[in-house]
Order: sequence, then structure tokens, then C-alpha cells
Amino acid sequence: MAASQKQPVTGAGPFNGILTWVDQRLPLMQLWREHLSEYYAPKNFNFWYYFGSLAMVVLVLQIVTGIFLTMHYKPDAALAFASVEYIMRDVPGGWLIRYMHSTGASAFFVVVYLHMLRGLMYGSYQKPRELIWIFGMVIYLCLMAEAFFGYLLPWGQMSFWGAQVIINLFDALPLIGPDLSLWIRGDYVVSDATLNRFFAFHVIAIPLVLVGLVAAHIMALHEVGSNNPDGVEIKANKDPQTGHPVDGIPFHPYYTVKDALGVVVFAIVFSTILFFMPEFGGYFLEYNNFIPADPLKTPSHIAPVWYFTPYYSILRAATDDFMWALAVGVIAFVALIVLTATNKTLKMGAVAAGAVTLVAFFAIEAKVWGVLLMGAATLIFFILPWLDQSPVKSIRYKGVLFRTALTIFIIDFIVLGYFGTQPVTTAGTLISQIATLVYFAFFALMPWYSKMDKTRPEPQRVTL
Amino acid sequence: MADKEMDQGKRRFLVAATSVAGGVATGAVAVPLVTSMLPSERAKAAGAPVEVDISKLAPGEQMTVEWRGKPVWIVRRTKEMLETVTKGDDKVADPDSKKLMQPAYAKNEFRSIKPDYLVVVGICTHLGCSPVGKFNVGPEAFDANWQGGFYCPCHGSLFDLAGRVYKNKPAPDNLVIPPYKYLSDTRLLIGDDSKGA
Repeated sequence: MAASQKQPVTGAGPFNGILTWVDQRLPLMQLWREHLSEYYAPKNFNFWYYFGSLAMVVLVLQIVTGIFLTMHYKPDAALAFASVEYIMRDVPGGWLIRYMHSTGASAFFVVVYLHMLRGLMYGSYQKPRELIWIFGMVIYLCLMAEAFFGYLLPWGQMSFWGAQVIINLFDALPLIGPDLSLWIRGDYVVSDATLNRFFAFHVIAIPLVLVGLVAAHIMALHEVGSNNPDGVEIKANKDPQTGHPVDGIPFHPYYTVKDALGVVVFAIVFSTILFFMPEFGGYFLEYNNFIPADPLKTPSHIAPVWYFTPYYSILRAATDDFMWALAVGVIAFVALIVLTATNKTLKMGAVAAGAVTLVAFFAIEAKVWGVLLMGAATLIFFILPWLDQSPVKSIRYKGVLFRTALTIFIIDFIVLGYFGTQPVTTAGTLISQIATLVYFAFFALMPWYSKMDKTRPEPQRVTL
Repeated sequence: MADKEMDQGKRRFLVAATSVAGGVATGAVAVPLVTSMLPSERAKAAGAPVEVDISKLAPGEQMTVEWRGKPVWIVRRTKEMLETVTKGDDKVADPDSKKLMQPAYAKNEFRSIKPDYLVVVGICTHLGCSPVGKFNVGPEAFDANWQGGFYCPCHGSLFDLAGRVYKNKPAPDNLVIPPYKYLSDTRLLIGDDSKGA
């Protein structure tokens, strides 16, 4: 029925016939048009818009190299370490595939962090793109889980003790903690049972979820349309004749070509690291992980891989004394709400929540708070779309307050990340504690400074 | 039927009932999957007591044995080491071992059956790293006035030579003392403290 009404496919030369046959049985051309040839993207995309497509490229790289690694790897506590060494030494080209996969993991976080920073700068999380941002954050969480599960598989010292520490995070939770961590490990210690299930999560469960989420992320993006460095909605200004946005250009061929260039440059940088410094000075693959797991001996200095270290710093910052600083922060925050809010319920709620938090600070031990703070630090990104009260999206038109806040936040994130890689010192702990307060202040105070900020009017059209 | 008004209420009820029934069935299927991740019978059966010969342990030295997959340290403390424990009461969070991190027979000043032998599970009560013995008295990066004890490399928790945690550190509790008993003066049984046998 519908098949006979569809136009035959043209422009594909000798493939017109077969494509027409497929198109009459599958919405092939419709998908092509909606997502590529007639998906109108703003024409002012800049450098920062490479990282979304690069993240997809790295995802494919990780899946493909991962498939080939599973052909040789053995998820067994007695065999795992040796099987990785076997891949590195005896499997033809195995070293290359393994290093592609391990370097790819770090590359994934590099492009994802830059992709997230792009969103922060240009307000890509603001209305109407909240759901895109939320899907993106769930992807980020899955990515962290994927990286964590994967890091146990080589069964080296860092694999073992890293997993030991992270699983024990759950142990700290009140009431359910001990049973939950036992359930995650499947044993009373990190053991073969743990390794085997982490393998299952790493190679099938999380990747499946991840691919589905990426599809949802892109579908939501293509529903509302891409943001851009000026933060103006191109759909608001359409050519009356064609019905296409005047500031938009078709994704294909314009941005497919642009992104292809990005991929080439990325491949150059990636290959340089891959072939000349695959361990990246111990940041991508830690030296201690070339020692087989020993449940009796923790390495003298353990730190997670670089992409987790900002959160690791926050975890370590929670000591008994720090709870006082946090309490002062909570009191100041509640006072701010009471002084500025006009809504009575909000005021009462803030006071009640503040009081409960204060009691909990000292009723529950600092160890639990370290874990909760770390969790909050990752989850707080979810509510960002509702914290930003600015009338404009892009940092180009936001005022000095938001720009300063974002700059401080970026520096703060790097400082936390740096101290997370370092052994514990008194000064390091103090700096991490200050940085932790700054980290949360960036989010907690955003409703105020983004509102007070002197913004400039957005232009009618995108600027180039 | 066809010319009758559709009964929306009945339809909603049937949709809700079907959804609930389907949800319950799905939840029930999840139970065996979720429980399959609990420790297996084999994992539960492992963990027999370990017998240790301590005759070769010199004063001031430490040995490590594996019990239930965890490191257990045995430290033969010298008189000087025991003195640092007595003097350090104000530095530690729970000097009298009030919290039950040890069997009743180890709830004493030195947290052991015999003062000179400390038997303790070498797993930090913070997040499960294994601390490192730093027995020399003197300034350390983590404490300028270090009196000897254990340092956790993961998050910087400090413990004295009785496994008591220092104040204001990430770890909330003293190190765990496992159940143990002396089979003779030089033989220990870790993991079993039953009388007789």
C-alpha cells in the first residue's frame, strides 16, 4: 500500500534501485532526511562542537576494540592478569588493540568533559534542552560505571584496591550498606566472583544501556534542534518560502564534513599518545597495575585514574573538622534562601531541610558524608537546568558574575583533580576541602548570581 | 456492543490491572536474578580458621597471614611501642575501645590477649585499604609528631600500635581484632576462639 506511493530514490546512481526497494520496506530515506540531509543545524558552530561527534567515534572504537579483547581475555582471578599480559606479548597486534582500548577510555573522558564544558558555556542545558542534558548526565554516569568495571579486569594491584575502595563506598551507607556491598562483590572480599560479574557488566550490560542512551540523547537533540555559541533559537526565524531556519544549514554535507576533519585531527593526537606514551606517565594506565592483585598488600600510594580524581578529592575531604565548615555553609545557604525568597513554603522547607541536615551532619559519621558528598557532586549536574536563572543562554551574553563563577569552577575542578592524584598531606587536604566548598557553591549560589548578573541582549540572528 | 458507548472506566481498570499483574510477574522474575549475585555456597563455606606459628617473630616485627581473604597482622610489640600506646590516649578517637571492634577478651588497653602480641585485621575501617606499618618514631609527611603505628595510603587514616584510630581522620573506627586464641605460647589460631577443641 504505502510502498507504491513512495517516490523512488534518486541521486544514488547504480544504487537507486536497491535503495528504492529498501525504502519501500523501511523508512530509510525519512531517517536520512530527518537526521542528516534535512536536519538544520545552526551555521555558527565552532571548535567546541566537535566533541559530541568525537564521543560517538570513541564509543565505536571502544566497542570494536573491546570485542577483540574479549576473544583473548579470561575473566578468572587466577588467569586474568596473565591473559592481559598474553594479549600484550603473544597475541598478534594484541598490544595495539589493548592500548587502543585503554587510551580510548581516557580519550572518552577527555572528549566528554569538553563536551560538557561546551554545554556549560553556551547554556545548552537550558530550556528547552533539559532532557538532552539529563540523558547526557545519565550517559556520563554509565560511562563512569563502565570505566570502573573495566578497570578491575586486568586484575592488577590498582584494579583490586580501586574496586575494594569503591565497593566499600556503598558499605558506608546507613542500614543497607553492608548487605549492598556484599551483594555487589558476591563474596566477603573482592574476589573471582566480583571479577566475573564486573566482566559481564563491562562487556554487555552497561554498553547496551549506553548505546540506547546515546540514541535517546540524539533523538531529543534532533527534536528541539541544536543550541549554538550565540544561544539563539534558529527555529524562531524561518525562511517563509522554504520553511527552513535562515540560520541553519543541513547537517549533511556541511557538518559531516566538518566533523570528519575533527576526527582526522583527533586521530592524529590519539595515535601520537597511543604509539609514543600509551600509559601517559601513569595517568592512563597506572604503574602499580602492572603488578598482579595482592589482597594482602595495598600499594603505598593508591589513586583512581585521572578522570575520577576530582570526586576522589571530595571523598577524602570529609573529616570530622570539615563537617563544621559544611555546617556553616548550610546555615549560610538557608539564611540566603530565607532572606531572598518570597515564597513562604520555600522558606519553611529550607529551614526544615537545613535543620535536618545539620543534625545529620553530626549524627552520622564523617565517612558516610564523604560518600554522600561524592555522590552529590556527580548528581548535582542533573538540576543545573533549573539552577540557572539567566535570561540568556550563551556565555557571550552572560555577565561578569557568571563568567567569573564558571572560570573559578573550571579551575576548582582541575585543582580537585590534581590533589586527587596526590598522596594525602595536611595542606592537600585543606585545599581539597576549600575546593569542595567552592564546587558546591558554584551550583548552590547559581540561582542568585545568574539572576543578578548583568546580561547583554541576545542578537536576533547568529553571529559568525 | 458496537453502538454502545465505550466504558472508559472499565477500560482504565483493565489496563491498570494488566499492568500491575505484568509488573508483579516481572518483579518476581527479577528475584532469582538478583539473588544469584549474593555470595555462593562455596564462598560462604570458605574461611576456615588459620593456624600461625609466631615463634620466629622478633620483637618490633610484623607478620601478615591471610584469613578469609583478608590480611591479618601479628605485631610483636616492644616495651617502647606499648608505652606509645599508653601515652597516646588523647590522640585517638576511641581510647577505651568502647565500640565493639574486638572480642571481649581484647577490650583492654592494648587490645590483645597478651600485651606484646597484637593480632588485628589489616583492613582500614574507612574504605577497606590495607594500611602500612610505620613503626619508626619521628616526623612523617602525614604527622610531624609521629609516634609509630599504621598509615593508610588511600585516605590518610592513622592508627596507633593498638590499631586505635586517630581523631579527625576519614576512618571512623578502630581496626578490627579477629577472634583468636593461643594454642600454645608460640601457636595462634585465628578465626576461632572457642574454648576446648
